[in-house]
Amino acid sequence: MAKARSVEALALEKRRDEILAGQDAARVSIKVCGGTGCLALSSDEVAQAFEQELKAQGVDGSVELKTTGCPGFCEQGPLLTIYPRRIFYTRVKPKDVAEIVSKTIIQGEVVDRLLYKDPLTGEKIVYETEVPFYKKQKRILLKNSGLIDPRKIEDYIAADGYKALEKALFEMTPEQVIAEVNQSGLRGRGGAGFATGVKWELCRNAAGDPKYIVCNADEGDPGAFQDRGLIEGNPHSILEGMIIGAYAIGAHQGFIYIRNEYPLAVELIRLAVEQARHDCLLGENILGSGFSFDVVVQLGAGAFVCGEETALMASIEGRTGEPRARPPYPAESGLWGQPTNINNTKTWAWVPHIIQHGADWFAQMGTEKSKGTTIFSVVGKVENTGLVEVPMGISLRYLIEDIGGGVSNGKKLKAVQTGGPSGGCIPETLWHLPVDYDSLREAGSIMGSGGMIVMDESTCMVDIARYFLNFSKFESCGKCTACREGVQRMYEILDYITRGYGREGDIEVLKELGAAVKASSMCGLGQTAPNPVLTTIRYFRDEYEAHIKDKTCPAGVCKSLITFSIVAEKCPGCGLCARQCTEDAISGEKGQPYVIDEGKCIRCGVCREVCKFEAILVK
Amino acid sequence: MTIDISRIDTILDRHGKDQRGLIPSLLEIQNEYHYLSSDALQRVSEQMAIPIIQVYQVASFYKAFSLKPRGKQLITVCLGTACHVRGGDRLIDQVGRLLNIQAGETTKDMQFTLEAVNCLGCCALGPVMVLDGKYYGSMSASKVEKVLEKFMEQEVPANG
Repeated sequence: MAKARSVEALALEKRRDEILAGQDAARVSIKVCGGTGCLALSSDEVAQAFEQELKAQGVDGSVELKTTGCPGFCEQGPLLTIYPRRIFYTRVKPKDVAEIVSKTIIQGEVVDRLLYKDPLTGEKIVYETEVPFYKKQKRILLKNSGLIDPRKIEDYIAADGYKALEKALFEMTPEQVIAEVNQSGLRGRGGAGFATGVKWELCRNAAGDPKYIVCNADEGDPGAFQDRGLIEGNPHSILEGMIIGAYAIGAHQGFIYIRNEYPLAVELIRLAVEQARHDCLLGENILGSGFSFDVVVQLGAGAFVCGEETALMASIEGRTGEPRARPPYPAESGLWGQPTNINNTKTWAWVPHIIQHGADWFAQMGTEKSKGTTIFSVVGKVENTGLVEVPMGISLRYLIEDIGGGVSNGKKLKAVQTGGPSGGCIPETLWHLPVDYDSLREAGSIMGSGGMIVMDESTCMVDIARYFLNFSKFESCGKCTACREGVQRMYEILDYITRGYGREGDIEVLKELGAAVKASSMCGLGQTAPNPVLTTIRYFRDEYEAHIKDKTCPAGVCKSLITFSIVAEKCPGCGLCARQCTEDAISGEKGQPYVIDEGKCIRCGVCREVCKFEAILVK
Repeated sequence: MTIDISRIDTILDRHGKDQRGLIPSLLEIQNEYHYLSSDALQRVSEQMAIPIIQVYQVASFYKAFSLKPRGKQLITVCLGTACHVRGGDRLIDQVGRLLNIQAGETTKDMQFTLEAVNCLGCCALGPVMVLDGKYYGSMSASKVEKVLEKFMEQEVPANG
């Protein structure tokens, strides 16, 4: 049903051609990461230094400087890539900039000390494309993060941006768009994995007008930052997906519900909305197609439970974020009682790709039931922390060891935690499992929104369970008794255990309470809150028993169960630990081994952090 | 702190008077005054015609809002999972010890407020601390004193 392209659509195509014609692939372009991670490491100062230095050395006219979104390799930030050769520098400081300009930009030579060193081979790697962290990924959603300037709509348009929207509006009916998404097998990337096309169809067919769509960017899972990375790297891709979705569903108003804790992402998505409105991509009569749709960016106010769709809608309506029973599902009765479709940020971002390249292209990737790629944040005790995009179904081991570079500091790996407070800890013995919705569920965890927190032998699994229950206890909205009281009691038992007051039978009580909370809570928060406890009991029962029976913490974490001492043979008597100790618990003479007064020691761990001789023993 | 009613009204006008504007308005008032005073909430209730009990319900439900005055500088320590396994607890304990306050409290001189947050999304750099908008990554308990000292020195001239 191809319609003739409108004047506006033709103008967009012309604009894309002009931008592309003006681009010179051979031109030197310096891309500095401006994502929240690299900014925390002062990448803005690096960018400023470049601006000055390019002028000072007289090459500012011929060299392009671009601040991009997050390319993902946060551990090595601030990151810098110099195109067209894609020379890759890590941990760049403002003081390195003059040398980079004179040596690399002007003379074409590489600054050796800024290159990434492969921790496995010790080899230095010159080009971004050769770095194992990138080489082993399949980057589609993240392809343009690190390449384009998220503040410039021109960059997105040049990278085929809004081409899929044009195709949907002028070549496809809403039903055809839904059929394409359905056929692709795309499942919701928020964690539950519901089929996106089916959800859209339900909402489209539901009686009621107006209809609403929502982008859930309330990424509350601790340890997950994919949505932030995506919004900061390529905000227009999410908008484009939403506009196509609205067209398919028949909605004219959308909401982007985004965390207040992500100030940069909020700024960039707001800017993208303004630009899109200005360029006739949002608002009345989009691209002259006759279809109208607009978006409101709504900030969350710091409540984890608002990631749950019914709580999120309550929050948009201006009420406390308390979930309600389903059915009715949002597709029938959502915002203000109207049919509403809610998808995760990453789900929306997939839509333009699927429309542009087709369902079959998408369905080639991944496994039989879990199609496409997905983004994980690989963090914790792993060498290469950051955002990675891989096809569904690869093994946990590949993700953690091959891409993540294995454990940092040569310690022994123990577990990976997936799915945030709703997920579980998967022991190293099960890392052959493929990463998809179904196998992780069988292992007692969930895929969740994609946070993978790697834990090594210095992580105490009882403490981790206590940590998550503390989180869920704090975030429980209090509506269901089982969640409000049950999680609180489970937390208390775990707290006692970590403080040395554990009793025989505690494990059984935890299991019983856990089953009850799961069975009798209304929303996902309560239904999954016991998972971190139940999986750690399932796979690491010996650690619980060590705490309860032997009153020891094998990982050396639980403060009440450990003591700090100094190994005399290793201590040269430098006195650094004694100077840093806030409690004056360490004494000794220069040149002689120091000693710790156990009575004064509060086990804060500062001495172990500062000791260069590994002379502090924790037992 | 006395509040400027006209500024509150400007904020309310910007976000509209129906219930949907409540949370955005409260967020903006919180940003402006660093907390939500009872006068401010009263004004919101009157202007938006929402019962005061509902305004309080929302203001006390969401963590972004504070009903108590906060210090000039906000210190946020991330206790997300990635920061936790890398020692975020030790970090917040140390900040608390040095300032003699606990999470959620403000120093007596109203200089610093210490808050714990469940995730800032900079997980790769954990443990993370934010001091007045500036992010400090890969922090440790032993580095806290230096950061605080530096910050206090910088702030003295600015505050006269």
